[in-house]
Parts: sequence; C-alpha cells; structure tokens
Amino acid sequence: MKHTPLYQAHVDAGGKMVDFGGWEMPLNYGSQIEEHHQVRQNVGMFDVSHMTVVDFKGVQAKAFLQKLIANDVDKLKTEGKALYSCMLNEAGGVVDDLIVYYLNEQDYRMVINAGTTEKDIAWINTQAQGFDVSVEPKFDLAMIAVQGPNAREKVFAAMPGVEEVAGALKPFNAASLGGLFIARTGYTGEDGFEIMLPEKSAEFTWKMLLEAGVKPCGLGARDTLRLEAGMSLYGSEMNENISPLEAALTWTVDLSNEDRGFVGRNALEVHRDKGVDKTIVGLILEGKGVIRDHQKVVTALGDGEVTSGSFSPTMGQAIALARVPMGATGSCEIEIRNKLVSAKIVKPPFVRNGKVLV
Amino acid sequence: MSEVRDDREYTQTHEWILDNGDGTYTMGVTDHAQELLGDMVFVELPSAGDEASHEDEFCVVESVKAASGVYAPADLEVIEVNEALDAEPELVNSSCYDDGWLIKFTAEAIDDLMSAEDYADTLD
Repeated sequence: MKHTPLYQAHVDAGGKMVDFGGWEMPLNYGSQIEEHHQVRQNVGMFDVSHMTVVDFKGVQAKAFLQKLIANDVDKLKTEGKALYSCMLNEAGGVVDDLIVYYLNEQDYRMVINAGTTEKDIAWINTQAQGFDVSVEPKFDLAMIAVQGPNAREKVFAAMPGVEEVAGALKPFNAASLGGLFIARTGYTGEDGFEIMLPEKSAEFTWKMLLEAGVKPCGLGARDTLRLEAGMSLYGSEMNENISPLEAALTWTVDLSNEDRGFVGRNALEVHRDKGVDKTIVGLILEGKGVIRDHQKVVTALGDGEVTSGSFSPTMGQAIALARVPMGATGSCEIEIRNKLVSAKIVKPPFVRNGKVLV
Repeated sequence: MSEVRDDREYTQTHEWILDNGDGTYTMGVTDHAQELLGDMVFVELPSAGDEASHEDEFCVVESVKAASGVYAPADLEVIEVNEALDAEPELVNSSCYDDGWLIKFTAEAIDDLMSAEDYADTLD
C-alpha cells in the first residue's frame, strides 16, 4: 500500500490505519467523534497528502481548462483565487470533482481526488492533445488541512511567515510562501487552511502544528464533517454515470458563455432540456438508528437512495445526503434493515461554522 | 492489545457469554469488536421475552463507521436487555465487559464456545 510522508507520524500517534483507495491512512487516532468535535469547536488537522496536485502551464492553459471543466476559469482574475468544479465526460457524467487555483493566465494549479488520480491524469492528457499546455502532476507535494474556528491562529503561531502572506486571505483564496501554497479552503464547513508543501517538509510542519496544540484527526472525522457541511463526495453523490445536474451541483456548471464548448456540455444541455428528475437533498432521521449508504428512501414522489449516510456528532442524530425525485419535500421514510423509519427532508448544509442550520 | 477476560467464554463472531450460575447468561461484544467498530452511536436490542434461534442476528450495534450484527450463540430466550444503552450506546466502548453488556438470556445448551485463551489466540 502507498504511504504519505506522514505515515510514521500517524503510526506513532496511535492512528488506526486503514486501506483508503490503496493508501494506508489513519481512520482515527482513538475516537472519531472526539476528533469531529475538536474541529467544530477548536482546531484539528488532517493529512490529505494522498490527494494529487496538478499544475497546468502554458500559453493555452486557460483555454484548455475552459474546455476541460464545467465551471469557467474565466471567473478567476486574481492570483490565488479558487474555483470548485466538476470535470465531465462526453455523456455529462462526472470524471472527478476538483478545485482549481488561478496563478496567472498561463499558470493554474488543480487538486484532484486520490482515488481517481490515475484515471484523471490519463483523461486530462487525452483532452490536452492539440493544446499548448503542460500537465504536471506534483507527486512530491504533501498536503495538510488545518480546520476549525481556531485553525488560522494556530497555523500563524506554528508556521513563521505564514501570517504575513496568508493573514488577509479571504475564503477560497490562496497565497504562496516559498515552496508552501496556503489555501483558505477545506472540506469540513469550518474556517481553516489547506497547506500544500514539499513532502520533505511535511513531518516537521506536522510536528510544529502538534506542538502548537493542533490535534490530528482521521479520515473518519473528515467524512462526518463534510457530510454535516453538505459537501459532495466523489463516488457517493456523483460518479461517471451521474451528471452534476442530478447531484445538486448545477451551481458549479457555467453555461453562460455559449462559445465555451467544454467536455460534456452538449449532453448536459440535452439533459437539462429533457428535464432533470432527481436531485440530492439532506435527510434527518426522526426514528432510531443510523442511516447508511444505499438505503432506500421512500418519498411521496417515488423512491430514492441514500448516497452518504452516517451519524452527525454535532446534532446527535443520524443524517444523510440522498438522491430523491426532484421536488420531494417534507417527510419521507428510510428502509433500515427491512423496517421503514421516518425522516425529514432538509436542504443541506446541516452544520456550518459550528452552528446547526437545519 | 485487546482485553480478554477469563471469567467468561467467547464466540468466533466476537461476542462474550458469561454464565451467571443460575441458568441465565449475560452477553456482550468483546473489547476487540468495540475497538474495530469505533465510537458506538446506536444499539438495537430485542425485547425481554423474544426468542432467537442459534446464529440469528438478533441485536445490532452501530458505530459511526458501520452497523454490525450480534448473533445468538444458541437457541435462547431474552430475559432482560440493557436499557442504559438506549441513552448511552458509548458504554459498549467504555465498558464492554461490565456496564456495556447487551442482553441476558436463558438457553438449554450453548455449544462451540471458546475459552478466553482460545479466543485470545484467534486475535493474534
């Protein structure tokens, strides 16, 4: 199995290591629920070095990205500005979801998922034929996400010079400092940074953050945090057979420039014109139990399916994201071990910045 | 290293059975099982008076991570369930051999249980 540069640090900290798409990663360091609360109430850090950074450079970098992804990088005008997007196949299905950062018109940085890296890079290279752009995966970068209401303060205390370059960053913006790339982004619904850094600096930086009082958190807490934040997970809410229109990600698809023929556009327009009949909603279980992936959801408008189900540590209740018939609201039932348990349909997010919103 | 207590017997599916000496037995999940599952958030128990056949999945313990079935070690009748788990499922994590017990039952015979020593060997 593959290891990040922080593997030994996780083992030393008592991390419960599991196979995560071919990477041996920490699920938790004892209690997933405590790690979850740590991030909501204070600060925690995650090793997300298994994710892949890809740089795009060249005179046609912008033109290429305008073709490759469904959101429009033309929105990005200032150095470090970030954009969330899906990358689609010709049928309008999602190859991956990603964040792209603007450095200048000839230089962009993208972060893609770990589990999809191999197929993404093959796909990107195929699409790049005929463009004057270099596609450069940065496998020598590590990434640490420091998240929580006190995340920025702790990062500034632990990492000299960061406050000077990143202190004034607005959400969804990034700054560079030498080999560091510091983005005010995350996957938890809390404030914080995702810090990309050379792998040889990862262990030292992790240790400095630990000494500043930042607790390590595993991928288990990362998943319940993103679920409470109503954020999609590739492979759960969307995949190659599901379009962003059916995944409540229409806001990430930019059709405004009619001349921009991005991959999948035609299929999306046909789909939109025919009518989209399913979408992602939030569910809160009212009866007892825990909602799990793939359970059946029974609504007044027809059946749906749980895409991500778990227990919300912040709310103390089972919650889920589910794909249901468009327009379903109010009450529904979830089939849990052959019993129908009542649930409420809500609009995600469930929790943001420490507060329950549903 | 998971704790294994030598005052009771074990199943291959990581349940413990304690003979109360009065024809009744107490049952729960082992330390190894609760460690594997992680933070418990829900325990689904049968009711007193329910009967279960050998190997029936008659309880479910759910952690944040996953739901896991608990299997009847024999044909049995449930005589008491641990009501405290309704409000505090985390007792299964903090005290799996004491306060985190699941059910008490009666049974005519329980076959194929492992001694503490044999169970500990399966965990190596």
